[in-house]
Amino acid sequence: MLQPLVQNIVYGILIGALYGLAAVGLSLVFGVSKFLNVSHGELLMLGGYASFWIFKLLKVDPFVSIPLTIIFLLLIGFILYRLIFSRLIKLEVEKKIQNSLLVGFGLSTILQNIALRLWTADDRSITTAYSGLSFELAGIRFPAVRLISLGIAIVALISLQIFLKKTFTGKAIRATVEDWQSASLMGINIHQVYLLAFMLGCAMAGVAGTLVSICYSIDPSMGLNWTLKSMVVMVLGGLGSMVGTFVGGIILGVTESATAFFIGGNYRLIAGLLLFLIILIFRPQGLFGTKEGDK
Amino acid sequence: MLKLTDIDTYYGDLQALWGISLDVNEGEMVSLIGPNGAGKTTTLLSITGLLRPARGGITFDGHDLLKVPPDKIVDLGVSMVMEGGRVFASMTVMENLELGAYGTRARKERAETIEEVFKTFPRLKERLTQRAGTLSGGERQMLAIGRAMMSKPKLLMLDEPSFGLAPILVDSIFEMIKGINQQGVTILLVEQNVRAALELADRAYVIENGRIVGEGSGEALLSFESVRSAYLG
Repeated sequence: MLQPLVQNIVYGILIGALYGLAAVGLSLVFGVSKFLNVSHGELLMLGGYASFWIFKLLKVDPFVSIPLTIIFLLLIGFILYRLIFSRLIKLEVEKKIQNSLLVGFGLSTILQNIALRLWTADDRSITTAYSGLSFELAGIRFPAVRLISLGIAIVALISLQIFLKKTFTGKAIRATVEDWQSASLMGINIHQVYLLAFMLGCAMAGVAGTLVSICYSIDPSMGLNWTLKSMVVMVLGGLGSMVGTFVGGIILGVTESATAFFIGGNYRLIAGLLLFLIILIFRPQGLFGTKEGDK
Repeated sequence: MLKLTDIDTYYGDLQALWGISLDVNEGEMVSLIGPNGAGKTTTLLSITGLLRPARGGITFDGHDLLKVPPDKIVDLGVSMVMEGGRVFASMTVMENLELGAYGTRARKERAETIEEVFKTFPRLKERLTQRAGTLSGGERQMLAIGRAMMSKPKLLMLDEPSFGLAPILVDSIFEMIKGINQQGVTILLVEQNVRAALELADRAYVIENGRIVGEGSGEALLSFESVRSAYLG
């Protein structure tokens, strides 16, 4: 009984890292711009398809092509922000949230249908020569691609963290998260900060999408599920802490796989949403968030 | 140096300023006094570009500020310390100061400016790696002013710098502001502590219900009967 349980938890951690990475992007955009991008999952889907087609047509290894996917998503982010989301920024907080939900749902429908039209509804996944490889340790299996993906998710998180902590631009982003008026009075162009944060959020979604297309599979309608997971994780980890968000992802992954193990696979999703509700009721600032963070 | 001509500013549909006109000359210290909700903060925010007047004009050193985005207004040399200081609490003192010099003009001289700021506020140097959120009220105010000085302002606007501070600190904050003015920085001061504000300033404006209702030298206003009865008791 113990070995299959541990195996399940290991799988939970491995997928949880991807939840975490997806949520970090959503959380960054929400923290900086104070709007919720419910089409975040569709951006992840675009990242998955980008890697899939680069692999299929150009025969470039999906891990190697990650920088290309990042550039593609940065570009998508730039266009979407300039065209759509920049118009929300000027609204008051409450209207901004409401309108961002409408705009986000509309955008997710559009992106889904474009994907459906261009790439059909088929499930796709990237199968490389080493996709079947796995390591075994004390009877527990570690699939190679998922281990590499965990590593890449951690590298992406640490890179983002270093950028935010150490660079002048990163500090400007953090300042804007804390107090946009004060930030503006420092001479920070906050509209540039909003744009940059949105682009970075898209890039994080893109990397997550690539890893999903390698470890699992992608299809045009996958977005909503990933948006939901990202929202759960964002609340779980608490706003303002990137590391907390990432750990929140792993907690969700483990909760889901433990539920699947003890109760049954059909209850995975419910377990996640239940966790979401419990956190909202008993610790609305999240596991790692501070109360001050929601200012 | 700074000239406001007949500005009207709104919060949504609510008009907060009614035809405010005022001048600040280079090197001066000018105070803006008046009761709560009179429009003092709104006036300062209109100058920074965080609020935009619906009508009227604001010029600074010959630039039409209504056409300049907020971040570039800082670059032109206008800096504001908001009420309560509003330092970035989760960041260190050093990071706060660095961000003060974010603008392109100030960034080049960051290393020298920070030494000057330490001369005015030696306490900040001892607290460099501490999070701003852990500072005392007085230290926070010093950090907020020091951070504003990092942008190398020609005009420094201060909103209630003495608010919430212990009386003993109030005097030393005013001393520091006076020192900054003597270094050649023009000051526009909004202050509840009317007596101190009038004693310190070359000139002052009295603002009530969003309108300028009085103007004169600090001394003249101190002896002005309506100001005495309204603010000095």
